[in-house]
Amino acid sequence: MDLQKSYKEDIRLFKKPSALVAFLVFLVGLIVFPFLMLKVSGGSYYINAVNLIAIYAIVAVGLNILVGYTGQISLGHAGFFAIGAYAQALLVARGDVPMLVALIVAGLIAAVFGLLLGLPALRLEGPYLAIATLGFGMAVCQIIGRLDFLGGRMGFSVPPPGLSGWVKAWLAHLYSPELAVDAPQYAMYLLIIPVSVILTIAAVNLMKSKVGRAFVAIRDSEVAAETIGVNLTRYKTTAFAVSAFYTGIAGGLYAHHMAFINPESFDLRLSILFLAMVVVGGLGSVLGSHLGALLITLLMFSLTAVRDVPEIIFGAIMILIILFEPLGLRGRWLKIKFYWKAWPF
Amino acid sequence: MFLQLIVMGLATGCLYALIALAMVIIYKTSEILNFSQGELAMVGAYIAFLLLDTLGLPFAVALPLTFLLSMALGALCELLFLQPARERARVIPLILLWAFTFFVLYLAGFVEPGVPVSLAVIVLVFAVWMTAETFSKRPLRKPTLLGLIIITLGLEMVLYGGAGGIWGAGQERLPSPVSDTAGFEVGQVYLSGLDLITFGGSVLIMLLLFLFFRYTRLGVAMKATAQNPLAARLMGIRPARIYSFTWALAALVGAFAGLLTASAQPLDNNLMMEPLLKGFAAAVLGGMHSLAGAVLGGCLLGVIESLVAGYLPDGTQYKSTVAFMIIILVLCIRPSGLLGRHFVKKV
Repeated sequence: MDLQKSYKEDIRLFKKPSALVAFLVFLVGLIVFPFLMLKVSGGSYYINAVNLIAIYAIVAVGLNILVGYTGQISLGHAGFFAIGAYAQALLVARGDVPMLVALIVAGLIAAVFGLLLGLPALRLEGPYLAIATLGFGMAVCQIIGRLDFLGGRMGFSVPPPGLSGWVKAWLAHLYSPELAVDAPQYAMYLLIIPVSVILTIAAVNLMKSKVGRAFVAIRDSEVAAETIGVNLTRYKTTAFAVSAFYTGIAGGLYAHHMAFINPESFDLRLSILFLAMVVVGGLGSVLGSHLGALLITLLMFSLTAVRDVPEIIFGAIMILIILFEPLGLRGRWLKIKFYWKAWPF
Repeated sequence: MFLQLIVMGLATGCLYALIALAMVIIYKTSEILNFSQGELAMVGAYIAFLLLDTLGLPFAVALPLTFLLSMALGALCELLFLQPARERARVIPLILLWAFTFFVLYLAGFVEPGVPVSLAVIVLVFAVWMTAETFSKRPLRKPTLLGLIIITLGLEMVLYGGAGGIWGAGQERLPSPVSDTAGFEVGQVYLSGLDLITFGGSVLIMLLLFLFFRYTRLGVAMKATAQNPLAARLMGIRPARIYSFTWALAALVGAFAGLLTASAQPLDNNLMMEPLLKGFAAAVLGGMHSLAGAVLGGCLLGVIESLVAGYLPDGTQYKSTVAFMIIILVLCIRPSGLLGRHFVKKV
């Protein structure tokens, strides 16, 4: 939209000072939010909701790298999510690995599986790829359900995030002491939000790099990309690995968030939910992934009262958004932005 | 033992093949993966239940009526949800939007405990905004193929929730003239009445489909649209109408599968969850572009599952996983399925 005068300008993280200011305001809001919630009765419920939104936002960003930027479909991301969650649970509960280290290892383990799934994906496209990934997701659930050291069908209890001494002291100093100890949601917030912010910025930057441009080139035309020297094998598997890495980290956070995981919760419905987040939010956009995760998680939270109604409303909203705004929530956001930019013309 | 397993596998495989056929019919013409196929079949089974049990109609009347209503439902779904998206229509989406808005407002206002009022207000604001925008005559953007597939996913959820809301969560029993247990022995193989109906009906449907695509004007028009919608249009075929017909045809085939499944299992809205996945997998195994491939894939998948369940220890739990692993292996060697041709794209 605006004229770019140099390459440096094109790859800047914040295109304009106003974007930087908006981001900083948002960050301050994230920092202030728990303090506000302390004053509100039932504040930990909202903290809980924000935690889950942030976790799903990480997944949506990861899946969008694969679906929206690289143009490969996946119906198996619940599998990566499960791998991340169980890796984290195992490392922390059985291996006494520090939580943050475990989180990175969980992401890497998921990434290795992503790499493996990326190999057959090199030859497949469209529905064939969908079935291959779907089979992967189902197999992961089934196999985890049969492994006794992972708790089998009974599930696996995950310890709450352990806080190092100074964080605990700081929390106790800031909040009332009993709350700091009793509300693991607040501790989770401290863990999830920084991870989510870092991963988001990393995704935005990745998409502006050589790798990101290669992904987009593959999406737009595989033949053209190959002709100009994009190594399809390398970049397609990379896309799967990066996407799985994000999803694995989110899975690790999810394990702590739920404190209890069982294989049934990582079924095909979850994979479809992830895909719905990405499409409803807007394909090929990090902001869109966040909006999609926000909308769908809020819907899940607000529609628990009546049986059968959640499915109807969920499905209807998905249909209506595609009918009225094929670009997803991001398209709507862009329209509002351009309208005010051009105002009063 | 071995023969018995093969026959049992073929009986399940025929069900998968029917669902796979229904998906392939739609995929071939419009490249849309229809995730709502299973729920359409489930609603078909519920329609049969309504006619046979609640209204007490005789079989000879109820069965054709079920098929007709299922076809109408399939065509209606296409006309209401996919056609407007594809053709960038304005009126039907608005009708849908306001119907949904009033539904949410009703739930928020009159049902306890219902939908939060805040959600209803957001939906109302969205509806007014979209209405205003639609009348301001700005061109609407066309959704991508993935968008259309997401619409079928949304449709699946609506049908699933709708069937649960109308018929309740309880399990019903579809009155069936044939038993799934009583039967007779041929050599060492035991065949139930339902197995016979499954084999006979599936073969009949496959034969009819073959004749339909080969010798009728409508069938040939469908094949023409599948090959090249633009050229078909120049020959005087309306692709939009053909798409509706394919949905009706797919819903018919699916409804038959739904009836067969509901004859052996209790009827609730989870009825077709598993057959849909297996049918989809079978279609991919055979090749999404090939009707014969769908039949082959379905039968193979059924037999593989039956053999795994019969011979491997704990096989019944692993059968889906093993089947999917085999499918992935097959796809590694033949990326377009067993009978699918790999289309080379022109650049």
